[in-house]
Amino acid sequence: METKKSSRQLLDEALAKHYEDALTAKAAGKLVAWATSICPQELLETMDIDVVYPENHAAAIGARKGALTFIEHAEGMGYSSDICSYARVNMGYAEIQEFAGGNIPMPDLIFCCSNICNTVIKWYENLAVTLNIPLIMFDMPFNHTYEVPEHSVKYMRAQIEYAIERLEAITGRKFDYERFAEVMKISNETCEWWKKATDLAVHTPSPLKGYDMFNYMAVIVCMRGKTACKEIFQTWYEEMKEKAANGEGPFKDGEESYRVMWDGIACWPHLSSTYKVLRKFGINMVTSTYPESWNIRYETNDLDGMARAYSSNYANRNLNYGIKNVTKLVEDFALEGIIYHSNRSCKLMDFRQYEVQRRVEEATGVPSVIFDGDQTDPRIFSQGQYETRIQALVEMMAEKKKSEVTYE
Amino acid sequence: MYLGIDIGSSSSKAAIIDRNMAIVATHVINIGTGTRGPSQVIEEVMQKANITQEEILYTVVTGYGRVTFQQANAQITEISCHAKGVSYLMKGIRTIIDIGGQDAKVIRIEADGRVKNFVMNEKCAAGTGRFLEVMARVLGCDISELSDLADSATNDIPISSVCTVFAESEVISRLASGASVEDVARGAHLSIAKRIVGMCNRVGFEADITMTGGVALNKNVVKVLSEELNMEIKAAPETQAVGAIGAAVFAYERHNKQD
Repeated sequence: METKKSSRQLLDEALAKHYEDALTAKAAGKLVAWATSICPQELLETMDIDVVYPENHAAAIGARKGALTFIEHAEGMGYSSDICSYARVNMGYAEIQEFAGGNIPMPDLIFCCSNICNTVIKWYENLAVTLNIPLIMFDMPFNHTYEVPEHSVKYMRAQIEYAIERLEAITGRKFDYERFAEVMKISNETCEWWKKATDLAVHTPSPLKGYDMFNYMAVIVCMRGKTACKEIFQTWYEEMKEKAANGEGPFKDGEESYRVMWDGIACWPHLSSTYKVLRKFGINMVTSTYPESWNIRYETNDLDGMARAYSSNYANRNLNYGIKNVTKLVEDFALEGIIYHSNRSCKLMDFRQYEVQRRVEEATGVPSVIFDGDQTDPRIFSQGQYETRIQALVEMMAEKKKSEVTYE
Repeated sequence: MYLGIDIGSSSSKAAIIDRNMAIVATHVINIGTGTRGPSQVIEEVMQKANITQEEILYTVVTGYGRVTFQQANAQITEISCHAKGVSYLMKGIRTIIDIGGQDAKVIRIEADGRVKNFVMNEKCAAGTGRFLEVMARVLGCDISELSDLADSATNDIPISSVCTVFAESEVISRLASGASVEDVARGAHLSIAKRIVGMCNRVGFEADITMTGGVALNKNVVKVLSEELNMEIKAAPETQAVGAIGAAVFAYERHNKQD
């Protein structure tokens, strides 16, 4: 009898297949696209275009300690060291085109949505110009109002419709609206299971080990229009549900002593050393802003809903939304502390971080700490500084716990 | 007897308190982690206190070098130790500015000495003791002379670069264009002060304020900082040893289970 595969096995296999399929497609002369992480991938999936995500590839290069070669190359090309390191890794990769830890096919089409940041606009435009390939750009203005305004929804919807025309022209094939409906349904279900799984961390202790979320995130970025991705999250959910029912926490060999949120992207080049410090103190990162960022939900065939969903992610929302969102996470997940990664690459997140920290602390009284690092540039991180800040957070959380002990 | 050791990036400090929580001895050596500083400071503080190793009941280590120091019963961050040290030594302090060799921090404490919140400098030497070391080198003086030099300044020479390396070139070019050493020294202090004021505003500082760490020995920095904050900075006794004293108090509390 075949034993059921674990979600981790499914995850590893799916990711390997994702990259293999793209390389095979390219070799067979099929069109390959490079796209941003929260773009309307439904259109590409409907057109059966293989997609790879430079952000995910850059993160993988960072985690496999390969980033510096590409970063230095990009800086040599003239890109400033102040530019996002994902962009520098990818720009460098686009010229070197070889990474021992895993390659991606070069693109025939660039598919970019600026709902995650402004850097992607010039980064992807430069790729399209340099490689002389078509660019489909979704210009998604930052939402300065609390709710996404209707004019932004209309603007995004019109761009989706225009993108469909462009895709038909580029591929010479008609857009299949029945297949589109199917892909919309699968994508929504995948997002629903992603959210359901990550929400299991509300249990104390949490069955979810936070750093695992960084791993599973790869497929919500790369494959959310595919059934295989939905199945990974369903399996992951079942596994954690069982753990929660048995009262099992995140660590095999220790207690979940503190529950925190990690704000921002991981420090990929220092993933293991940043994790070990947390583990040493029994800290579990139970949530972040990521579960909600990929909870991209709308009714099948509702293009307005789809447009709204893609305008609504955390990174594209205003300060008050960000504060309310984090405050709610503190309550829902019974957080005892927050770790803010002041990520040199990400101006968008850093710009408001101090104010989010100040107001969330005011609203919740939960202690927090900011440390300096970078998502992929290994040079922007100091282990000693990181450890001191984390330990100081632990000391504050411990004092707070002590003062809150009640005797019945 | 209870021993507290604070191993910084450029100095090692130690303090011993007795069973009545009274300070018996403190000692500072101006070399830090990775040197013989830590062992030397322990040896010499015990000589000062006239005690032997066997009399030490509990040791707490703090500071940048705490993680690699193996001979202590516990290690606690410098943030908590400065808060503990200050609340042991002084009454009514709610904000601590600690500027050491490689980092600067502003710590807000509760009335009972617990840490409420803190901010530290970014991964950069701006606003730290290292910045002053570089400035002293460019000005051709000893770091201990900077305060007197700055006291005799007659003009405001702003140093606008935040980065220590750029500030160094800026100072060289100021000196080349005829600025006096005194004015530049004061400019360097002003640059640190502005950086620290930014951190104070971030953490939301409140009175009373004190200053600890090696840079607090520079009276002119304290004066300039007071002016920029528009608030008196109360002088902490044993400025450099506050972290070590806090560590010793923690050692006492841990050993006597008050913690």
